Amino acid sequence: MATANDVRALVDHLFRHRAGQMLASLTRILGARHLDLAEEVVQDALVQALRQWPFRGIPDNPTAWLIQAAKNRALDRLRRDARLRAKEPELQRWHVQPTCNAEDGLPDDELRLMFMCCHDALPREMRVALTLKTLGGFGVAEIARAFLANEATIAQRLVRARRKIQDDNIPFDVPGPADLPNRVDAVLEVLYLMFNEGYSAHQGENLVREDLVYEAIRLTDLLLHLPMAGSPKVHALMALMLFQGARLATRVDAGGDLLLLADQDRRQWDQGMIQRGFAHLKEAGRGDVLTLYHLEAGIASCHAMAPSWDATNWQAIVAYYDLLLALNPSPVAALNRSVALAQLHGADAGLRALDALHEHPQLRAYYLLPATRGELLRQRGDHAAAAHALHEALGLASSEPVRRFLRQKLSLLPA
Amino acid sequence: MATFMLLLHDNPGAWPNVTPEEMQKIIGEYIGWSEKLAKEGKIEGGRKLKDEGGKVVRAAGKSFNVTDGPYTETKEVIGGYYLIKAKDYAEAVEIVKTCPHLKYGPKIEIREVDPMS
Repeated sequence: MATANDVRALVDHLFRHRAGQMLASLTRILGARHLDLAEEVVQDALVQALRQWPFRGIPDNPTAWLIQAAKNRALDRLRRDARLRAKEPELQRWHVQPTCNAEDGLPDDELRLMFMCCHDALPREMRVALTLKTLGGFGVAEIARAFLANEATIAQRLVRARRKIQDDNIPFDVPGPADLPNRVDAVLEVLYLMFNEGYSAHQGENLVREDLVYEAIRLTDLLLHLPMAGSPKVHALMALMLFQGARLATRVDAGGDLLLLADQDRRQWDQGMIQRGFAHLKEAGRGDVLTLYHLEAGIASCHAMAPSWDATNWQAIVAYYDLLLALNPSPVAALNRSVALAQLHGADAGLRALDALHEHPQLRAYYLLPATRGELLRQRGDHAAAAHALHEALGLASSEPVRRFLRQKLSLLPA
Repeated sequence: MATFMLLLHDNPGAWPNVTPEEMQKIIGEYIGWSEKLAKEGKIEGGRKLKDEGGKVVRAAGKSFNVTDGPYTETKEVIGGYYLIKAKDYAEAVEIVKTCPHLKYGPKIEIREVDPMS
């Protein structure tokens, strides 16, 4: 009876994480070309739990229960399909495993699945969708919401990805030492995209999609379990995610309104995550590679250790931005640098730096450019020009919290 | 206190696009519901029934007629049952109104168990 076990026995996201793990193991056992069958089996096992647990209660070992259900379902399918029958002994050996068996050097199934989903033979937009669907246990509708695409597009993308895995024989495995560095880069790119999408959701009501953020952190952590992949740049990305993730809860106020870094309650930052961030940043410093992840983590670390916005080490941040721009001349990074520059040398210095970006095509429709100009103009007392810029920003912003934020800024300007 | 049997009509094929996260949430709702009733001493138990739809046996002269059934609508089955305690039908109906199954399944049928049986 349901009362025998407390519902709290189900840890947060248990189904989502177990779905990814079970799918990974089944893909290994059945073969990458049977990914769709593996997905079906996992879904069936979860539905079985959904339909039985309300009556019998949560089993003592939910994971073992789910694996047994998936195993039974898969055996059922194997016995009806002559091509699959040879997989039976391997399927019978499937059991609950620790998350990762790094000691014996064997990459675990989730890591193999990660390298398959992020294989460079797959187009970029497929990699992210497939990683979220398979490893993250995200639904088509959730992925569509996260990436502002419609469900049919995402579903179609997933179908094509599965077909391409079959047609190109994309391997379900962690690459050998020769290929590993490049392949890790492709995985990191997907994780970085996933994180950013969650961290800076561009549209709609939901400012922070925490699930994407935590999933990206979980998968990066998993990647660090792979000894050879545990290179400085993986640590750098992990540090970046942890520093930013530590601030998640403070990015909106109780009313769901946007809070800028300058206005956040720093006492509420997750100190545990920040400390883990510094540990990874230290590991990231071993070796002689300097990646964008290192520099972004460096900037995030300056914020993480600053007691207040004004007491932030802006000199160091500007220096990080200079290196960042030398490595990758991105106009968004240049825009952020101008904010730091204004803190270091005053609003006029920031405005001068912004002027150089005015004509950049990538920033033409980006609300943060006029919003930043508006803020700097306000700081130097040019209120009419500030209002003009903020109105311009309001016309470009699509996220509801951002729009509320801009309207509030406008209302605070002296008439 | 009387005992009532709740028959949960169910549509086993209704879940292809539900995500793992949603499924976990839904299970939590059901278990939260039955735990609350258990604390109030108002639930005796429940079991899920298998999905095949069952068999119906009828006498046909000297032999028997066994058919699949008893459902006219093949999509829908009785997915399971709970036994609950309530003063009367009115209270049983109020309890059923709080059951998450009404959000996720087609309907719940309530039958009072005859205390004389």
